[in-house]
Amino acid sequence: MNERKPSRPGLNRRGFISAAAATAAVPMVARAAGTAGTPVAAADPSLPVDLSLTINDTSKSLRIDARTTLLDALREHIGLTGSKKGCDHGQCGACTVMIDGRRVLSCLTLALAAQGQQITTIEGLAKDGKLHPMQQAFVDQDAFQCGYCTPGQIISGIACVKEGHAGSDDDIREYMSGNICRCAAYPNIVAAVKQAAPAMSDEQKG
Amino acid sequence: MRPFTYQRTTDASSAIQALAAAASANNALTEASSQPLAGGTTLIDLMKLDVMRPTTVVDINPLAASWSNVSVDNGNLRLGALARMSDVAAKPEIQQHYPVIADALKLAASPQLRNMASLGGNVLQRTRCTYFRDVSYANCNKRNPGSGCAALQGFNRTHAVLGTSEQCIATYPGDLAQALIALDATVEITGRSGVRNLPFSELHKPPGDTPGIETVLSPGELISAFSIPGRWPRSVYLKARDRQSYEFALASAAIALDMQDDVINDARVALGGVATVPWRAREVEALLKGQKLDDALTGRAAEAAFADAKAGKHNGFKIALGKRVVSRALHQAATMEI
Repeated sequence: MNERKPSRPGLNRRGFISAAAATAAVPMVARAAGTAGTPVAAADPSLPVDLSLTINDTSKSLRIDARTTLLDALREHIGLTGSKKGCDHGQCGACTVMIDGRRVLSCLTLALAAQGQQITTIEGLAKDGKLHPMQQAFVDQDAFQCGYCTPGQIISGIACVKEGHAGSDDDIREYMSGNICRCAAYPNIVAAVKQAAPAMSDEQKG
Repeated sequence: MRPFTYQRTTDASSAIQALAAAASANNALTEASSQPLAGGTTLIDLMKLDVMRPTTVVDINPLAASWSNVSVDNGNLRLGALARMSDVAAKPEIQQHYPVIADALKLAASPQLRNMASLGGNVLQRTRCTYFRDVSYANCNKRNPGSGCAALQGFNRTHAVLGTSEQCIATYPGDLAQALIALDATVEITGRSGVRNLPFSELHKPPGDTPGIETVLSPGELISAFSIPGRWPRSVYLKARDRQSYEFALASAAIALDMQDDVINDARVALGGVATVPWRAREVEALLKGQKLDDALTGRAAEAAFADAKAGKHNGFKIALGKRVVSRALHQAATMEI
């Protein structure tokens, strides 16, 4: 995982959100000071619990409320704001991440239940400064307008190819149906998944 | 979401103990203060909506090591309850011998949800009735027994026309359950006193006077497996809905036929999207057996399936739609290549 380090002193929007997330985490830790949270069970549900998540090959230790979803843990506690909160009820797909290589909805996953598994988010796709073929395909095909659903679309697109459901336009549409695009960039999203599929298998062979 | 204690269990007996200990003796499973967490796609959603309010959540996913096998022995199918919908749908033996199961799974929800949701959790999925899901409506007999039913006089386009009562018209939302009930599945239930088996048709309870009680499961009981006798290669699941993909059924049919030449030896018919519980249409099956399938017969079968249907203000179209789904599904099953 690439830790975000501001390269210049000025605040940009993304840097501000990250910093705000880090600050927001402080009172939670303070509240938990002196209590021994356990990852298995907390006797008092009002107390935070300690847990460790493996995100984009990096281990992160957190002390959070048991109610925290994986999505909120990523966005509010770790500062990885790439995964988006759309509906927060498992209907839109904007929060899609991979757990152990399977696409799942992080808004319906408790952070506590995601321990011991490999979590991959949009931030973990680019390697050595090079975009993942699916990311590149979304850029090439202009597969978005506002971009809010895009991280979820890209994760889902990768899974769609890996599951073997990118053989035809119909197949892609069916197996991308869990990701809603309010801007209706669907034709370009189908084109992007089609473009990335051979590139992904080339990369695997290479 | 209200605070809860999270427990992760690695063996069935401690899971059952944790679930039973946290529950008081009298409440129905769906209102129990302790809830098992598998895929979480219903539970976490309804906890966010404040519809479900468990104080203890018992994560049973580690049991998947022993509860997620799918096997065919001597022509009988066994499905572990913690197998994930997408994994079962992708199995060649399911697609070949039980297409009605593969299709029901494949046409449900979205790829992400199917990756998460377990079979056991899926058959226990709660209704999508908007009045049930929105706690700002006080009158929901399922949530607040005795409070009335907002759907009866409300917007009831997606509600049930079969198996309804004066207290509740909420539609059973799932797809897999129709395939299981059609194929005479047995539910294996693991509880404090060991394992018991139950016909799938006895798992769900129609709303009657107690819509809050949806199944015969007690707190501390977990579905551990489903088993199905025989193979049903000539079977289909047909689902009609508002969108082509990723939508609940307005009307669906699970059909399995055993045919000799043109004559139907055995028929199984179950309906979804139109009833309050997974709905086996035995009167339709009786009508089909020993007959040659033609348009006249499918027409009679469709009429029989909805003979007792009762529509509200907005869902009358489901009766017409449901009949067409039954007719078409019968034709599809009869003419499919196996």
